[in-house]
Amino acid sequence: MKEKIRIASGQGFWGDLIEAPYWQVTSGEIDYLVMDYLAEVTMSILQKQKNKDPKLGYARDIPPLMKRILPVCQEKGIKVITNGGGVNPIACAEAILEVAKELGISGLKIAVIEGDNIKDRINELIAEGSELSNMETGESIISVKDKLLSANVYFGAFPIVEALGKGADIIITGRTTDTGLTLAPMIHEFGWSANDFDKMASGTVAGHILECGAQATGGNFLGDWESIENFEKIGFPIAEAFPNGDVVITKHESLGGAVTIETVSEQLLYEIGDPAEYITPDCVADFTTIQLSYDGKDRVKMSGVKGKPFTPFYKVSCSYESGFSSFATLTYSWPQALSKAKAADRILRKRLEALGCTFEEFRTEFVGYNACHGAAAKAIDEDDINELMVRFAVRGDDYKSIDRFGKEIAPLILTGPPAVTGFAGGRPKPGSVVAYWPALLKKEMVTPVVSIMETK
Amino acid sequence: MKLRLKDIAHGRSGDKGDAANVGIIAYDDEGYEIIKSHLTKERVKEYFTGVCLGEVERYELPNLRALNFILHNTLGGGGTVSLKLDAQGKTLAAALLRMEIEI
Repeated sequence: MKEKIRIASGQGFWGDLIEAPYWQVTSGEIDYLVMDYLAEVTMSILQKQKNKDPKLGYARDIPPLMKRILPVCQEKGIKVITNGGGVNPIACAEAILEVAKELGISGLKIAVIEGDNIKDRINELIAEGSELSNMETGESIISVKDKLLSANVYFGAFPIVEALGKGADIIITGRTTDTGLTLAPMIHEFGWSANDFDKMASGTVAGHILECGAQATGGNFLGDWESIENFEKIGFPIAEAFPNGDVVITKHESLGGAVTIETVSEQLLYEIGDPAEYITPDCVADFTTIQLSYDGKDRVKMSGVKGKPFTPFYKVSCSYESGFSSFATLTYSWPQALSKAKAADRILRKRLEALGCTFEEFRTEFVGYNACHGAAAKAIDEDDINELMVRFAVRGDDYKSIDRFGKEIAPLILTGPPAVTGFAGGRPKPGSVVAYWPALLKKEMVTPVVSIMETK
Repeated sequence: MKLRLKDIAHGRSGDKGDAANVGIIAYDDEGYEIIKSHLTKERVKEYFTGVCLGEVERYELPNLRALNFILHNTLGGGGTVSLKLDAQGKTLAAALLRMEIEI
């Protein structure tokens, strides 16, 4: 058994710093590169792309990235694990095989993990007694089941462990938990038992720290952000994992950013609910048991993590189309910038009302005044406001109303309050709104499928 | 004596459906005692009047000298449906750190 393994985070979401994974594999020694590409909305976007072209439906940044990093990974023996396969992991793997062929790499093993996509099985699952009710509202899925864009189960670490056991160099999954990507190599390398819940929890917490990339190494740091050096070439986090479950969070020395108890703590607090009940398919981790201490510069040791048994359910994430929305902004300058923006808002609403337009929601925000913090924002004397951006947003089922809204913005420039600018780029067009439906499904209803492809 | 939360704590916020999570982390033990006794869920709910339209839940993480608040019905329907500029509640931790408390 290895004494330790180094797992490096390469992406925190699809759209993250493109250079980061390249820096991770070239700036120091690592054993695994893990990349999280999927947010809740991403699956619906990928499904739409696949509907148009059956060869799409995965994170298209992956093949060009592989072209750059595969030779390095081959030379250093770095394995790559990512959920960027989206709704078409097979197509993603085939695209990587093409890249490997071009590069003349033979004997490359790519594992594909499928079985998470239950969109075409919804009726069957309901018939078999799965309710798939909305976890937040309790509503029955019946009302939305015929307009689903995507429906995926979140698998945990074990399908990836199986793929590693089969000797895969690259693992492409569909919807896998972000934390499972990091936990899996620990289970594989150290032979941890699935019932060793403290270790499952330890690897899961490490995964939570890695899953948002540089948010653990100084990015979006709300403490002393000015103390963070070299944001330009910020190092993404690396988890050095040990067989006893201890993990040291660090980064490559030559890259920027910082790993401190403060930067790591902020990421631990990110998007969690009850800290004693962090639920994944692999365990329920207790964040109130995490102990952090320093192990040198830019090295934070995490130990003592306790875990409890997993639940009998997988989480399911569905998305469906739910009407349209449109957004527009105008900028008013001193004097009376706020009064003028409020007047423009009144005029716009009255004009749309007179036209018979209806909206489910009409939201107006004053950017530069209180758009972010609402009532918690500090009161400002209107004469001190140099300029202010008013942001209008509408949402609803009536396409015509949403479309007309977009045609009533520019006229405000010549037919409303003065000293206004900032309208450019044409009339805002209605976009379709994708709503999200979280649910639970009994684990026995789905089976992960691991298959291996190999270059000759 | 009045102090601003930002002087003794930092934090991070994000979304969980239509709820926002706001984590506040004290820099030292003394700071943790202050946030633990002053940052009640009632106080946080009142502070976010007009922003948080639902209940506030509060959890303690003494190991990290931190409190985690869940602000229900806060993000205008959640990430993908929300019309808000800050649809994911990313700036709400900063908003809370602006609070002044009397000690």
